[in-house]
Amino acid sequence: MKTGAILLDIVNLVVARQKNIILDIPALSIYEGEILALLGPNGAGKSTLLYTLAGLLKPVRGDFYFRGKKIGLASEAFDYRRRVTVVFQDPLLFRGTVFDNVATGLRFRGLSRKEAAPIVERVLDLFGISYLMGRQAKKISGGEAQRTSLARAFATSPELILLDESFSSLDQPSRDSLMDDLHMILKETNTTAILATHERSEALRLANRIAIMNQGRIVQIGPLSEVMNRPQNELVASFVGMETLFNGKVLRCQNGSFVMDVFGCEIEAAGEALPGERVVCSIRPEEISIGEKSLPAPVSGINFVYGRISRITSLGPYVRVALDCGFPLVAYITEHNRERLMLSEGKEAGASFSPLSLHLIRKG
Amino acid sequence: MDLIIDGILKAFYLLVTLDPEIMGITLLSLKVSGTATVISMFLGIFLGTWIALTSFPGKRFAISVVNTGMALPPVVAGLFVTIFLWRSGPFGFFEILYTPTAMIIAQAMIATPIVTGISLAAIQHLPGQLRMQIMALGATRSQMVWLLLKEARLPLLAAVMAGFGGVISEVGASMMVGGNIKGYSRVLTTATVMETGRGNFGIAIALSILLFLLAFFINAVLTHIQQREKPR
Repeated sequence: MKTGAILLDIVNLVVARQKNIILDIPALSIYEGEILALLGPNGAGKSTLLYTLAGLLKPVRGDFYFRGKKIGLASEAFDYRRRVTVVFQDPLLFRGTVFDNVATGLRFRGLSRKEAAPIVERVLDLFGISYLMGRQAKKISGGEAQRTSLARAFATSPELILLDESFSSLDQPSRDSLMDDLHMILKETNTTAILATHERSEALRLANRIAIMNQGRIVQIGPLSEVMNRPQNELVASFVGMETLFNGKVLRCQNGSFVMDVFGCEIEAAGEALPGERVVCSIRPEEISIGEKSLPAPVSGINFVYGRISRITSLGPYVRVALDCGFPLVAYITEHNRERLMLSEGKEAGASFSPLSLHLIRKG
Repeated sequence: MDLIIDGILKAFYLLVTLDPEIMGITLLSLKVSGTATVISMFLGIFLGTWIALTSFPGKRFAISVVNTGMALPPVVAGLFVTIFLWRSGPFGFFEILYTPTAMIIAQAMIATPIVTGISLAAIQHLPGQLRMQIMALGATRSQMVWLLLKEARLPLLAAVMAGFGGVISEVGASMMVGGNIKGYSRVLTTATVMETGRGNFGIAIALSILLFLLAFFINAVLTHIQQREKPR
């Protein structure tokens, strides 16, 4: 997806509720054509940020620059609000037909029913729901309702679309199909979007940039691969799915790598660290191989630890294996491999991983 | 038993022959209660919506006042209107006490809190994010309020029905501010009270039947509109 110039710049944004600061964003730039995912736990401030960006919540302070122009006067704010739209988790359809719903934003802008008709027909076609046009909006299915809600938002040709957990109420097949279609439509129309979600999979599927939020602040922001593979702290690591964290003390360093002591195990990792330094390393569960405990003697450049399997959880095509090695370690393996290795809870097993797979998180 | 049968027969006769006095009383009832309902509909929906959508200090207290007003006894409303319209009262110079206008004022005073309270609840009962969704589609404040009212039209119609029900059946206020003057301010409820007191049960039954039919007819029309709008 092509991203271009800065569409929206936010400086020193602070939102408070009953004198408690619930959002504090010193600076945030949204680029034209990008899809930015706001990922974080419930109460992280994702929705608050979206509503503030949409002009629906009044910040305590903060400057907005839309296409380089500061939004100050009430008339400018109203004009800005009409260039941005929000799609909520609940479709929030109004009484009347699907046509009436999709035409709502256009009617607000003074278009007659006749003038709105070709636009409505085009967006309904874009979302593959032309057949719903004359149906009562309150009578359609959940997936159709969310498509209608998106079509209603797109009908006004917004320059920025804000998606607030817009897929969470859908079943998996409807969600998959809608996300695929939306991704294509955003790409085709080069519409900038911000998606608030607590589902990592949604962010991975749609976004090309990701911001991890916690307690009203952006903890880390960057391209998808950077945030997913190089988290800046333990919270981000756990949120992007790096469930295994090695908390250890550096024993020795050699040629761009170091060896640390983690609960009595020597773990080698790539990176620069000083002997005696306390460090935290994270690793993605997909990077860990599980095997029998009696593996051959460890070879140089490969870490090998062993422990007892504390939990095996099926994740559909994958199996999550939690190993207690004196410290918790989580690996994803295929169901086929689990059966082949005859892994079960309580059994001892070995885990191996490359020092290059470990990501060093510096403390402080 | 003869008393009841005679009464019903007399009522039937008066209704079939369209007795001019009874018809006059019925029309006046419809005019007074209908006008009061229309006034309370505009005032009540406006006030209810305003209170529901506006944040201001003392909002909870205001809601409590409205809810208390929903149980306002008609005689209390009648008393206040009488005092205000009394010759030496603040609005005595209008000289409208013991007129249908005074009855309309008193009945509007009874119905307005009812319509306000139910309208307020209706707007507050809409999904919390609906207002934000409407604004996010680029609505002005008036467009947002209009769409919210359209979304809440079923309970709003119920509010109007409750308001009408409250005034068509009240007797205390109408008696106090209207005076039950024959051919001028006599309505179905005040006439029923008077005829029952006189022992004219036939006329009282006829008036009661008309009162019931009137209430039924108006509510049937409003119910028809309401149920036609109901999402299927």
